[in-house]
Amino acid sequence: MSVVHDDRSNQASAGPLSNAAVATLREDFPALAGSVNGHPLVYLDSAATSQKPRQVLDAERDFAINHTSAVHRGAHTLAGEATELFEAARGRVAGFVGAHADELVWTSNATEAINLVAYGISNASLGLGGAAAARFALKAGDEIVVTEMEHHANLVPWQELAARTGAHLRAIRVTDDGLLDLDHAAELIGDRTRILAFTHVSNVLGTINPVAVLTALAHEVGALVMLDACQSAPNRPLNLHELGVDFAAVSGHKMLGPTGVGALYGRAELLAGLPPFLTGGSMITTVTIEKSEYLPPPQRFEAGTQRVSQAVALAAAVDYLDAVGLDRIRDWEAQLGQRLVTGLAEMDGLTVLGPGDGVERAGLASFIVDGVHAHDVGQFLDDRGIATRVGHHCTQPLHRRFGVIATTRASAFLYTTTDEIDAVLDAVRGVRPFFGVTGQPTQAPSPSPSQAPSPAPAVSPTVAARSDVNA
Amino acid sequence: MSDLEGLYREVILDHSRFPQGRGLVADPIAESHQLNPTCGDEVTVRLHADATATRIACVSWTGNGCAISQASASLMYEVLVELSPQEVTARIAAFRELMHSKGQSEGDEELLGDAVALAGVSKYVARIKCASLAWVAVEDALARAELVATS
Repeated sequence: MSVVHDDRSNQASAGPLSNAAVATLREDFPALAGSVNGHPLVYLDSAATSQKPRQVLDAERDFAINHTSAVHRGAHTLAGEATELFEAARGRVAGFVGAHADELVWTSNATEAINLVAYGISNASLGLGGAAAARFALKAGDEIVVTEMEHHANLVPWQELAARTGAHLRAIRVTDDGLLDLDHAAELIGDRTRILAFTHVSNVLGTINPVAVLTALAHEVGALVMLDACQSAPNRPLNLHELGVDFAAVSGHKMLGPTGVGALYGRAELLAGLPPFLTGGSMITTVTIEKSEYLPPPQRFEAGTQRVSQAVALAAAVDYLDAVGLDRIRDWEAQLGQRLVTGLAEMDGLTVLGPGDGVERAGLASFIVDGVHAHDVGQFLDDRGIATRVGHHCTQPLHRRFGVIATTRASAFLYTTTDEIDAVLDAVRGVRPFFGVTGQPTQAPSPSPSQAPSPAPAVSPTVAARSDVNA
Repeated sequence: MSDLEGLYREVILDHSRFPQGRGLVADPIAESHQLNPTCGDEVTVRLHADATATRIACVSWTGNGCAISQASASLMYEVLVELSPQEVTARIAAFRELMHSKGQSEGDEELLGDAVALAGVSKYVARIKCASLAWVAVEDALARAELVATS
């Protein structure tokens, strides 16, 4: 292990991250030493999933080897150890996001965390959960407010909840600069609003949303706030109590942890009244054939066998993040993000979505290369060992709002170097020449490809004039 | 030729820039719209019967997407001309076989014409869907087309 735990715990006070400091951190990430298509891997897809340090892989493996046992059942020694490690991990991750242990529910991913809230509210709307759940019940005419920049995970569950309860779904507009239109937010959030769900940091635009402003708007009208913290928890200090949100979701695999684990934060008082979503074993007190009594939160929301080794490994991941220092990670990412946007903005025939050069953004940028589809851009970059994300990044409404189907996204993390940012910039400069795209529009009436004389097909007499639906 | 140049052969880039047969034609005997949800590529294909209503005279298509998906539709347009339904099916099968050849096949030029230039796609698992989109659309449309049976 290149960096022992004690050394890392001192790093947070070691001044800003630099390429030299990052080079040391990178020794903890075996995957980053790999090569792709004959080039050193340049991994710029951390907003999709992060690479894992040895410390996290070791924690998961150590649990599997030395402590494997069912948690919260069984009286033998291993069962006790496993339960202790599992609950210690809960306390650790809760502390990391500024919450108490009993406010953190393990889920398989952030999507499940958001669905847990949506289905809990749905069940309350059916009258389940008694008087304590009544505050959550939705009725026809109530409104759920989201934003145009939401990941599908923080949109589709609310669409479904609206469909089940008769509530209306409304969306706060995004400006041309990729910011939330706060005037529109103030206009939309009103007496009918019961839930406001929004992302802290946009996974496409890199926009950092004003959580305090939006939360205040919602709380003024008594609405609950669900924060998608998937893109903020990995790279900036997060204190959910200070932010004052009611619920929040985080994703383990985006913050150096393993896949298969995420978490829901809920204010203690709210979790206490919310009816369960998944039901079954491990979440009950007394069960008869007719009915069941439920455990208090968080166990009430953790039916069935839990993802124990993943939770333990996620605790190791937040140890790692804390040891490096969230302030340092945030500042380093901001620097990388600006370098990326500045470089992209200088290129002809290229459009960056989101906040412009100089405006605060997370360490990512999504862009469009005129005349070249994102899938082809990504393929070209991959040929040079550069991993980016192409497509709609689970934000179809946002892409539609900007009039595009797909973009290419480069996203950095604490292990990204400025050389890697320069490598992707350099490669992107080669995209249009490779695909033979010059400044001219390509929609013009087209000659046949020179080496492929086009046969004029014998069209039946009934065939009328062409009408290109996309014209 | 690098792998990337093998994927994006000149004929493919030409077809993606100057697509052939693009633009839907009226009075089809069948139509199919196919979408690749992971990247948003889409192709709509129409089948047009010949005067005897026993054969496919040609296809017309429109779409949006990556160079591979659009070039494949354009190349397919040039291949699927004046064919019986069985002949169309045979070409789709030949194309599918080529896509699953993992870089080991050059493709049957007699059946696929210039579309064999897409052979390089078979090395890129993630792109086979792109190249296959238009062909799947024809297959789907053909299943629903009403042609006069011939003995």
